[in-house]
Parts: sequence; C-alpha cells; structure tokens
Amino acid sequence: MSEIIVGSVIPSLALPPISRTTLALYAGASGDHNPIHIDIDFAKKAGMPDVFAHGMLSMAYLGRMLTNWQPQSQLRKFGNRFATITQLRDVITCSGTVVELIEHNGETLARCEIQAAKADGEQTLVGEALVAL
Amino acid sequence: MLDKSKIGHEFTPFTVDVEKGRLKFFAQAIGETNPIYTDEKAAQAAGYKALPAPPTFMFSIDLDGPEFLPMLDMLQMDIGKVLHGSQEFEYLGQVYAGDRITQTSKILNMFDKKGGALEFIEQESAYTNQDGELVGKAKQTIVYRN
Repeated sequence: MSEIIVGSVIPSLALPPISRTTLALYAGASGDHNPIHIDIDFAKKAGMPDVFAHGMLSMAYLGRMLTNWQPQSQLRKFGNRFATITQLRDVITCSGTVVELIEHNGETLARCEIQAAKADGEQTLVGEALVAL
Repeated sequence: MLDKSKIGHEFTPFTVDVEKGRLKFFAQAIGETNPIYTDEKAAQAAGYKALPAPPTFMFSIDLDGPEFLPMLDMLQMDIGKVLHGSQEFEYLGQVYAGDRITQTSKILNMFDKKGGALEFIEQESAYTNQDGELVGKAKQTIVYRN
C-alpha cells in the first residue's frame, strides 16, 4: 500500500439505491425495530411521507469504507453526526480524506474526515475517524 | 418537555451473547463482502481470533437489552418522534462472535433548541467482554421532535 499522508484519499464506497428490502433486512439484522423505518402506515402517522433509512445503516456503510481501506483492528475512533435523513431510492456514496497525522500513545493516527452523501452531493453523515497506521 | 432530572441516570446493565449467525446476517444486511466478516478461516488468517463484529455493531448490542431503548419508556417518548443525532465509537479492543458483552450506559446530558421544539439526549455506553476487558465505548445523541 502506498504511503498514507495528509491529503490521502480513502477509496470511496458507492452503494446501491436504498430499497425497502435493504431497510427490512437491516432492521432485522441490527435489532433496530423502530417501525418508522419499515412500516409506511406508522411513518405516515408520525408525520413522515414514507419510511426512511436508519442512520446507522449509512454509518455501517462508512464503516465498510474504513475497513476496506485499513484493517478494523487499526480503527481507534469513529463518529459522525446525522445531517439529513436518507430517503428511499437515495444513492449514497461514502468518501473520506486524511486531514492530519497525530502521534498518540506510540502510534501514528490518521485523522480522517469522512462523509456519506446523496447523488446530488447533499451530505447525510459527516464525521471523523482515527485510524492507526 | 422531557424530564431533565434524569440527567445522570444509569440504566440497568445487561449482558448479551454475540452470535456468529447474527454477525453474518448483519454483514449481509450492510452489503459487507470482505470474507473476514463471514468466514472464520478468513478472519483467523487476517489475525482475528473469531469473526469480528463490524465497527458499528456495538449499537446493536444496545438494542439487544431486555427492553428496546429503555430511554423511551423512562422519558415517556413517542418512538415516532425520535431521530438519531450523532453516534461515536471508541475501540479499545474487539467484539468477536462468541463473546458475552455487558453493556452499561447512562444519560450524560439533556438540552433543547428552537424554544423546546427539539430536545437532545446524550447517552454514553461502555462494553465489557466475558474476560472483564473493556472493548469499546460509545456516545450518542438522540433528537426528539416535539
């Protein structure tokens, strides 16, 4: 692997469009049974136009991007805020960049700015990860 | 308004089994294709003692307690008005298939914005395995739409 420096780009991860099946499977597998993600009747009663994606599904996609790039055993910290709701049929792409190298507890950590975004560029998740090199 | 006297409240700790089949299902649901998450031999070849739980799986441990999101009942929240505001994980070790993980959590802070239209609850959790090793920590913000 080429040397990681400030400005190194994490290979992006492009996801298929969010479908109702994706949400049903994620609800079961993750244990997040909040009906707002899987039951359109419930979602409408709660004032939403339709079901919408679990924020944690997109965070799991960001996690996939990070562990595709570096082994999970190197991951030290990983966080994001959920900026916008991800809707059905949205096409999400995860991306990230190394913005700083930090020496901490005898390790070199790459501080990475990471995001998930819709096809029009609108950010859905914005966060940061610390990865030991 | 939510009851701010619950700031500092510690939820009852609970222990869950991290099952291999569950981790494979989770990997499939998030579209994970790296075999270390589904094939024990591949995981071991990569230096993991068993199938590793993917980085965000600790949140699923939260959801596997005896009560689904105990905060909802305690603060009398309508689940239809709850949004996830932020989530952060710190990795001190690794959660593996076959582990028994004990989760402890507490409410760190509660505050509101937009004249009470939005309320925020910050929660902190810790995850300890069957050997007493603290393997991870998490912080989350839940947003409540009034």
